[in-house]
Amino acid sequence: MKIYRKIGTKLILVIGITTLIILGIYAYLSITYHSDVMLDEVERHALQLSETVKSSTKYGMLLNQRDHINEIIKTIGSDKQIHAIRIYNKTGEIAYSTDNAEVGILVDKSQKSCSVCHNDNVTLEKISVADRKRVFNTNNNTSRVLGIINPIYNEKSCYTSDCHVHSKESKILGVLDVTFYLDEIDNKIVDNEIRGIIFSILSFIGIAFIIGIFVKRYVDKPVAELVKATEEIGQGNLDYKIAEPSKDELGKLAISFNKMTQGIKDVRMQLFQSEKMASLGQLAAGVAHEINNPLTGVLTYSSFLLKRTKDNPEMQEDLNVIVRETLRSREIVKGLLDFARQSTPKKSLISINEIIERAATVVANQLKISGVVLERKFDENLPKLTADANQIQQVFINLFVNGIDASSKKGGKLIVETKLTSLPPKGIVVIKSAMCDKNHSLLDPDFKIEGHPSIKMKIKSGDSSGIIHLDPVYGKQRHSFGLEIDKSKPISLHCPECEISLIDKTGLCPKCGEPLYKINVANAGHLCGCAKFNDDYQKWEHIDLAGPQKFIEIKVSDNGSGISSEHLSKIFEPFFSTKGQKGTGLGLSVIWGIVDNHNGTITVESELDKGTAFTIRLPINS
Amino acid sequence: MSDILIVDDEQVIIDSIIKISKLDGFTAVGVTNVQDALKRLEAEKFLIIISDIMMPDLDGFAFLQKLEEKRIKIPVIMTTGYSTVENAVQSLYQGAIGFIPKPFTIDEMESLIHRSIKFSQISRLEAFSTNKIIYVPCPAKYLRLGYNSWILADDDGSVLIGLTDYLIKTTENITSIELFHNEEELLQGNVCVKFSTDDGLVHSILSPLSGKIIQRNERLIEDPSLIEKDPYFGGWLYRIIPNEFEYETKHLIPCSSDRN
Repeated sequence: MKIYRKIGTKLILVIGITTLIILGIYAYLSITYHSDVMLDEVERHALQLSETVKSSTKYGMLLNQRDHINEIIKTIGSDKQIHAIRIYNKTGEIAYSTDNAEVGILVDKSQKSCSVCHNDNVTLEKISVADRKRVFNTNNNTSRVLGIINPIYNEKSCYTSDCHVHSKESKILGVLDVTFYLDEIDNKIVDNEIRGIIFSILSFIGIAFIIGIFVKRYVDKPVAELVKATEEIGQGNLDYKIAEPSKDELGKLAISFNKMTQGIKDVRMQLFQSEKMASLGQLAAGVAHEINNPLTGVLTYSSFLLKRTKDNPEMQEDLNVIVRETLRSREIVKGLLDFARQSTPKKSLISINEIIERAATVVANQLKISGVVLERKFDENLPKLTADANQIQQVFINLFVNGIDASSKKGGKLIVETKLTSLPPKGIVVIKSAMCDKNHSLLDPDFKIEGHPSIKMKIKSGDSSGIIHLDPVYGKQRHSFGLEIDKSKPISLHCPECEISLIDKTGLCPKCGEPLYKINVANAGHLCGCAKFNDDYQKWEHIDLAGPQKFIEIKVSDNGSGISSEHLSKIFEPFFSTKGQKGTGLGLSVIWGIVDNHNGTITVESELDKGTAFTIRLPINS
Repeated sequence: MSDILIVDDEQVIIDSIIKISKLDGFTAVGVTNVQDALKRLEAEKFLIIISDIMMPDLDGFAFLQKLEEKRIKIPVIMTTGYSTVENAVQSLYQGAIGFIPKPFTIDEMESLIHRSIKFSQISRLEAFSTNKIIYVPCPAKYLRLGYNSWILADDDGSVLIGLTDYLIKTTENITSIELFHNEEELLQGNVCVKFSTDDGLVHSILSPLSGKIIQRNERLIEDPSLIEKDPYFGGWLYRIIPNEFEYETKHLIPCSSDRN
């Protein structure tokens, strides 16, 4: 992006210019004030000097000792700072001056030094100190000059003096004019100005620098991250996450952005799943219809041949094979239809070891070709299980094939282990039905937590309200709040559909004494939990009373190539495949669905180059 | 004049069914679409019809509707290569006497043809003799899946399943019965019981509801004739916990509607 278009640059410019204007005004006022103070000081000094000259020449005046007066003026005027000292007589003639050449010159009254008093043909006798000064540039010198005129008033001693030069009636006898060079002060003023400007520029640079760093750290970086994330997501990489969002508004934006991405991802996944199912269903329907008609022909005609050839046992045997295989084809097509519809499992009492053995027979040839050994560690005393034998067999065939694919490169080994375990229901049992008192379902299939529909509640706190999603696994706390709630304020929970309160009025949390929420579970009592945020209390009496649940645990492990941790989280997602063109990416997602249909769980652990282990737990009393 | 009209867009199916019919001495003709079938029905009388579901132009369900509109009361057997629960239940709901998925075996088709012919004969008898009770209709609180099976919902949430007298009257004497075991799951529209009759046929009957069997009628194993004697009470088959009662009962017919 062009630098002048960046937010940072704009911010720096705005703040910088504002600072510059404020500093400029301040500097201007400060410099003007200091210049005035210094000028006043010089003026005061000039006035004093003027008075000094006046009084020191007074005696000489009275005695009319011109030489003496000249001497005094010259002596005082020799000071470097003094430009000139002049005494004008009443007629405007320069009577004394530090510059001898001037003596005797008649000055025009319209000149600046005179115009103060001799103005509009009126002659003032008394003028203020401020009016007596004047600042001007000398012709030959660039530095400024300050002039102070000091009128010499007629005094008794003057007109009573022996010389009788002045009459008693005259009020003003002459004017003393002292002029000073202002170069020293002007230098100081310029110095001051330069310092002010340098200070302003340095402040501007300093502020710009600090803002620059701040903007870069707290604005530019997160904004760049967001921009990058939108680009990544725009390109279809929905796995992109903004790492470590800050705690400010941009951080919150990043968190919502991540949530939005997750949402898009989930929706896309569901779309994939339903599209896949729809197309699979259409395909299966087409295939079934097309194949079943010719199969009917084969079945009918071969059965007729069977009836007709009752006296030919050899032929009967062959025809029986045709009939048997046709019937098998019928089951295969039916299975395809069932799979496409993900039909409810047809459960019966089965022995899991037997099913695994059957699955092993199916992959026996593949095991032999790949040189993989299948080791069985069966618990022979396992109770029977209510499950769909075909589906469970499909699960193990799939896991075995995956294991063989992963470990065939080196003397591979597959271990399948069965055992009975019992686990407390907390953290295991999935809540598959949740209702408010008016029997509205609270399950939200659109918001899944770890693959299971979450429990949706409406939360109200003060004036604000929003939706929260509870973890559907009993005792697990991976809730999603999705909104900012003031955790100190009292809250209430409601059914999102009918707004009925979900707070249990009959009891309080035994852990912290806060209210409890209560959710009805069909045919399984109700689930209570603490409605306070940082309390994890949950109780489901119906399940707790049943005690630890018994599970058959089946572990299928291989010593193959393993799965990298980034892939591990996705392997149960539909269409995720590491086999490239070879796999459809459907296998493990179908397995997940089957196990979930049996109210079981499947987990995976894996280490690269060490192997992978899948653990399936199927509840015994489902 | 033929006994059976076959409607199927595949000639091999027509030929197969004609062959099966001949085994029992029935005659059959085939047409490949619904329009032709309707034309044939205007001109001729048939005992039963065997119709495919998925056909170009008008499908099997539309055919059933046309028959209803035209008040043609000939028993219809529905068959399809796309055998889904929905197709089976929908067929029976729309008045079909039976549903058989393709590919069928000779025995399966044979027993269904027998039952349907019998049903056709009973219907005629009924039409002529109004005051004679030929079969017992199911009690008012019951729901039935076509003419095959019934359910009775109990207050405790469990459901009783049995066979209707219409069905029993279309078969010969039951010699043995094959029931599922407790804990096994029944699926609506799929086979829930098989029984053999003394004419050597094996009848497979579709379940009216899905659910887990919690109890089966053990007395039937010893005395299968109990079904014939008391089909709606002592001759029940299973007690099940239904899976989706609300949804699945939408295509069951209330027996109270039969009593007027």
